[in-house]
Amino acid sequence: MNFDFSDEQKQMRDAARKFLAEKCPPKAVREVLDGKAPYDKELWKGLAEMGFLGVAIPEEFGGAGAGHLELCVIAEEMGRANAPVPFSSTVYLAAEALLLAGSDAQKQKWLPKIASGEAIGTLALFEGKGNPSPKAIKLQASGGTLNGVKRPVPDGAIADFAVVAARTGSTGRDSDISLFLVDLKAGGVEAKPLTNIDPTRGQAELTFTKAKAEPLGAAGDGWSILTQVLDRAAVLLAFEQVGGSDRALEMGRDYALDRIAFGRPIGSFQAVKHMLADMYVSATLARSNCYYGAWALSTNAAELPEAAAAARISATQAFQHCSKNNIQVHGGMGFTWEFDCHMYYRRANASALTLGSLSYWEDQLIDRMRKKNAA
Amino acid sequence: MNFDDTPQEAAFRAEARAWIQANAPKQYEEELRKSSLGRTVLKGANILEVAKAWQKKKAEAGWACLHWPKEYGGRGASPIERVIWQQEEGPFGKLSGMFIIGHGMCGPTMMAYAGEEQKRKYLPPLASGEKIWCQLFSEPAGGSDVAGLRTRAEKKGDDWIINGQKIWTSGAHYSDYGILLTRTDPNVPKHKGLTMFFLDMKSPGVEVRPIKQASGQSDFNEVYFTDVKIPDSQRLGAVNDGWNVSLTTLMNERMSIGAGVATGFPELFEFCNSLMLEDGPAIEDRSVRSRLANYAVKASGLRYTSMRAISALSKGERPGPENSIGKLVAGSMVQEVAMYALDLQGAAGVLSGPEDAEVASKFQAMLLRAPGTRVEGGTDEIMRNIIAERVLGLPGDIRIDKDVPFNQIPTKGRA
Repeated sequence: MNFDFSDEQKQMRDAARKFLAEKCPPKAVREVLDGKAPYDKELWKGLAEMGFLGVAIPEEFGGAGAGHLELCVIAEEMGRANAPVPFSSTVYLAAEALLLAGSDAQKQKWLPKIASGEAIGTLALFEGKGNPSPKAIKLQASGGTLNGVKRPVPDGAIADFAVVAARTGSTGRDSDISLFLVDLKAGGVEAKPLTNIDPTRGQAELTFTKAKAEPLGAAGDGWSILTQVLDRAAVLLAFEQVGGSDRALEMGRDYALDRIAFGRPIGSFQAVKHMLADMYVSATLARSNCYYGAWALSTNAAELPEAAAAARISATQAFQHCSKNNIQVHGGMGFTWEFDCHMYYRRANASALTLGSLSYWEDQLIDRMRKKNAA
Repeated sequence: MNFDDTPQEAAFRAEARAWIQANAPKQYEEELRKSSLGRTVLKGANILEVAKAWQKKKAEAGWACLHWPKEYGGRGASPIERVIWQQEEGPFGKLSGMFIIGHGMCGPTMMAYAGEEQKRKYLPPLASGEKIWCQLFSEPAGGSDVAGLRTRAEKKGDDWIINGQKIWTSGAHYSDYGILLTRTDPNVPKHKGLTMFFLDMKSPGVEVRPIKQASGQSDFNEVYFTDVKIPDSQRLGAVNDGWNVSLTTLMNERMSIGAGVATGFPELFEFCNSLMLEDGPAIEDRSVRSRLANYAVKASGLRYTSMRAISALSKGERPGPENSIGKLVAGSMVQEVAMYALDLQGAAGVLSGPEDAEVASKFQAMLLRAPGTRVEGGTDEIMRNIIAERVLGLPGDIRIDKDVPFNQIPTKGRA
């Protein structure tokens, strides 16, 4: 047994951290936060040049062919830096869906463009409020075209293509759902940016009007593929959340060491120390759950569904906990636009919802544990 | 990153499994499997005797104290092998409870500070369970503040004369030996006047009085010392260096990871799978599932944190104070789990007779034992201080007694 990343993977993490510290300081995040740009194009280009966008994409499709463990360590650094780029939608959702279900031609068309930074992709799943469910998918597919509205779609306003979940049947079964690939620049799709709690990661409404679409995976397999895509994305996003948790904890710790009140650093008061200790506890539990998720993802183990749900819940809780208490440690200054605390608070709470809410994943976890128990 | 046994690990596992299969006291397996925090009892058998017999059998075949050197009664096994053993030993591992302090803390302290002859004399019977050891640190005036202890040791010829009182001493009532932290110089600041010894618990002047706990059981004791004589040859470490010696003991407590701390989650999950509520099985209730999921990720987080520590240990890295999260998280979780399991039983949850309550009143016993887990071996608050100071690097508490001679530190709060 070796329950740790390899030295090479740790070196990759260090390289990503160094790169992001230089190219993605809080000042760069603020450009997007303040609405001056929809995402950081320079950073996106740089990530492509570093090989990070295609790290888990096989070499034959233009990627580095490294693997998912490597992608996990990069995801952690993306979260730590709060990088304002469409990484999660393009890499965790669109690329994973293509890898799982794409034809050779579809992979050849899109994966090299993802790796090179030329194409931004996303997954168009939700149609208004609610959690992932086949029943909630109303968007209709017929005769190779799609009609309907998806919202919120992460990075939908800047994406070049989307994997779209659509209804192809009405039997009330999961097999009513199929996936489609849509070139968003080919006409028939209107994108409207939506205001959201984390402006560093855009959300949009996509309206499909006779939009040309090609099937992704077999007809009727949509829900089963989607479930797998969401599990994989859950592990990867959980690493981002752990990176963000660690950064929020560090910010709180550093402030507690520097800030003097009543003649002493506030970090010497037990009320503050214990709050920070509890943040460390939740970040550590989340990290350990994520490592298990990374193992299951990288080996495509039968444990992946359960491991993914556990990583997702644990990392969501940790990031929300660490980011809110980082503000608390900072006191009034933490509640200013000027301090960076709110960037992490915004990202934590947006990440908590984007693949389905905490209560959805709690339900999933228990279902999956029961299945394992019964087996 | 992988969970598979290496060929050597697989061979070790097969050997351990076969030996356990052939030798374990199987007649107690079912009872041990069902027992949980707050109640490990065997009907019609003295658990102390069963535990000692199992430990002796293990020692004779080379399966006791796996990580100890062979010459002291161990096996010289790797940390991973130790974990594999624990996995294979399963419910029979619950018979090791009364040896934990001796094997995890007293033994390693002896190994670091006793003379070679003493080590060869005392360690093998400790490993084999023939002799049980306890740790005499805490006092009425020094629990979390253990350096505030007052038991005196005064030199008289080649001996030391001990007078004072210890408290919360686990297992003192069945222990043969103990390691004892005393004050040898009250005229210097509190950390600088302590000395460590080991002693025979049957020495004249040692009196053990069990404490009846809030749970009704008696795991702990008060131990009184009246003119107890200890030869200077039983001193561990230099005179007045006892604080540093005790840090070795406590560090070893942190090294004894892997056993896995009880969280109560497996019991609760099983219970919710079988419990019927008015609207159907508990496990299908939305709010039950949410609670269960929250406990599940804490329990799995602890399990994998411990696996990460074992991986670090096997690579020769020293596990640090970050492992104190195990006790902190599990201690309060077991209490919450017990309260929730009773809540699910409604008014009948108050009944605690094994024949009247659900799952043989397992959760009622857990509830009553749980407050202790948040206090013993370092309170939740001390654990948070350790994490804040030693992991996060926050300033230590302001210690107004740090540079004051011990005998000038105030002893009363409100006058």
